[in-house]
Amino acid sequence: MHWKPMMVRIFLISMGLTFIGLFLIIPLAAIFFQAFEKGVAVYWASIREPDTWAAVQLTVLTAAVVVPLNLVFGLAAAWAIAKFQFIGKHLLITLIDLPFAISPVISGLIYVLCFGLQGWLGPWLAAHNLKIVFAVPGIILATLLVTFPFIARELIPLMQAQGIEEEEAAVVLGAGGWQTFFRITLPNIKWALLYGIILCNSRAMGEFGAVSVVSGRIRGLTTTIPLQVEILYNEYKFSAAFAVASLLAILALVTLAINILVENKSRKDIQKSLG
Amino acid sequence: MIIKQRSILPGFGPTLGYTIFYISLILLIPLAIMFLKTATLSWPRFLQTVTAPRVLASYRLSLTASFLGALLNGFFGMIVAWVLVRYRFPGKRLFDALVDLPFAMPTAVAGLALTSIYAGNGWIGRFLEPLGIKVAFTQLGVLVALTFIGFPFVVRTIQPVLQDLDKELEEAALSLGANHWQTYRKIIFPTLFPSWLTGFALAFARAIGEYGSVVFISGNMPLRTEITPLLIVTKLEQFDYAGATAIAVVMLILSFILLLFINLSQWWSRKRYSAA
Repeated sequence: MHWKPMMVRIFLISMGLTFIGLFLIIPLAAIFFQAFEKGVAVYWASIREPDTWAAVQLTVLTAAVVVPLNLVFGLAAAWAIAKFQFIGKHLLITLIDLPFAISPVISGLIYVLCFGLQGWLGPWLAAHNLKIVFAVPGIILATLLVTFPFIARELIPLMQAQGIEEEEAAVVLGAGGWQTFFRITLPNIKWALLYGIILCNSRAMGEFGAVSVVSGRIRGLTTTIPLQVEILYNEYKFSAAFAVASLLAILALVTLAINILVENKSRKDIQKSLG
Repeated sequence: MIIKQRSILPGFGPTLGYTIFYISLILLIPLAIMFLKTATLSWPRFLQTVTAPRVLASYRLSLTASFLGALLNGFFGMIVAWVLVRYRFPGKRLFDALVDLPFAMPTAVAGLALTSIYAGNGWIGRFLEPLGIKVAFTQLGVLVALTFIGFPFVVRTIQPVLQDLDKELEEAALSLGANHWQTYRKIIFPTLFPSWLTGFALAFARAIGEYGSVVFISGNMPLRTEITPLLIVTKLEQFDYAGATAIAVVMLILSFILLLFINLSQWWSRKRYSAA
């Protein structure tokens, strides 16, 4: 190789990696460094603190409700969009993308306007002693809205690329709808589905903007992990804030690791099917 | 919606029905209620709310910082995509996976981390402070946060196009005497441009709505470092629901315009791509 392209190559690689290092690796390292700065004992104590532990439980509960609901939605939407032709399909895909374009703050606000005291259903809910906003149901609804596209968006392009021939063959040979789905479609999409679920889960656990609008921040009752991070930070409990934040950072790293795994697996599947 | 083509596969009705039902229930109906709520505001009151000096200052900051952040990502995203597709170097897979970090990392965690490293005594801030550059709790901090969260978009939209780019065209240009820079400018960049524009617009749209990472690093000073989503939250906390809604409607309209633009540029890139 000539020396000039070689210089360009080295220059571009170092520029790209410097940017990644500066913007991605250093912040990531900073979280773990500051979380463990005062030792493992302080780290554990910060996480076991009752309000924080309550936030962890609420976050797990929220994800446990949100992920299965969005899983069913994602599978239904991907089946309809990828396997059939219909008018308005493009509009439907745009609607599924909508939460990506809307500010998370607005995603929370629309529920406050529906179910808040001054909102549309507010007086009726108050009369029946039901609480949605500034309570757990509101947190779940806002998280649902922000994360519903993730599984659908992982599945739709893949299922569109795979076409419908295999499923048609199964149906012609007498398989029922569920049988076709579980025997043919599911094995074909399992890795993308796994990544979609993991991504949806980590976004559900980490959602901040939408949840902070509907939560009301009642300590120990309506704070999720990201809100607890903010509360601790505002109280200048920096080590504790970083310790709690590190839980979510670990979740993000697990998500990325599964992304690599899934890409490897699906590449191997493609190679296998090509013989 | 009507079936255009008959299919022997089962489940079209239930799955499409459920999809529309679910989207309506959690997104469309609440969104419609918000627009109805705005309709109860009188027009002069609406205008007054959305053009108050503090609100105007927040638009200016949100738009400028989002635009500059998207530009930075457009430039460095192009380099990173190029390096990841064209060159081999140790640790490449790891760097490739790390690009998605801002997608996977909760915004509050990102905000906390960025604030700590760019504060005056932070890992990076301590080198910038003597030069008279303050990042945390200034408008520059807003730019840093918005650049972080928008980083994956340009890389991930360009990467597949760059991967499938026909090398013959480049080789032809090079063998006809064009230098590398000319080949890049006249052959490669025009092919990439529609996808680049899509990535840029996605990063810009995402940055405008961003809240979590910015509230940590910006210091949230009215008229100076207050972004529009934060202003909505502030109004809500003061129980000024009408004011919050009015600003939200302005933001939503902007989001819809950007979404339209993104769809158009995606359509353009698909057309350009299939023609090439």
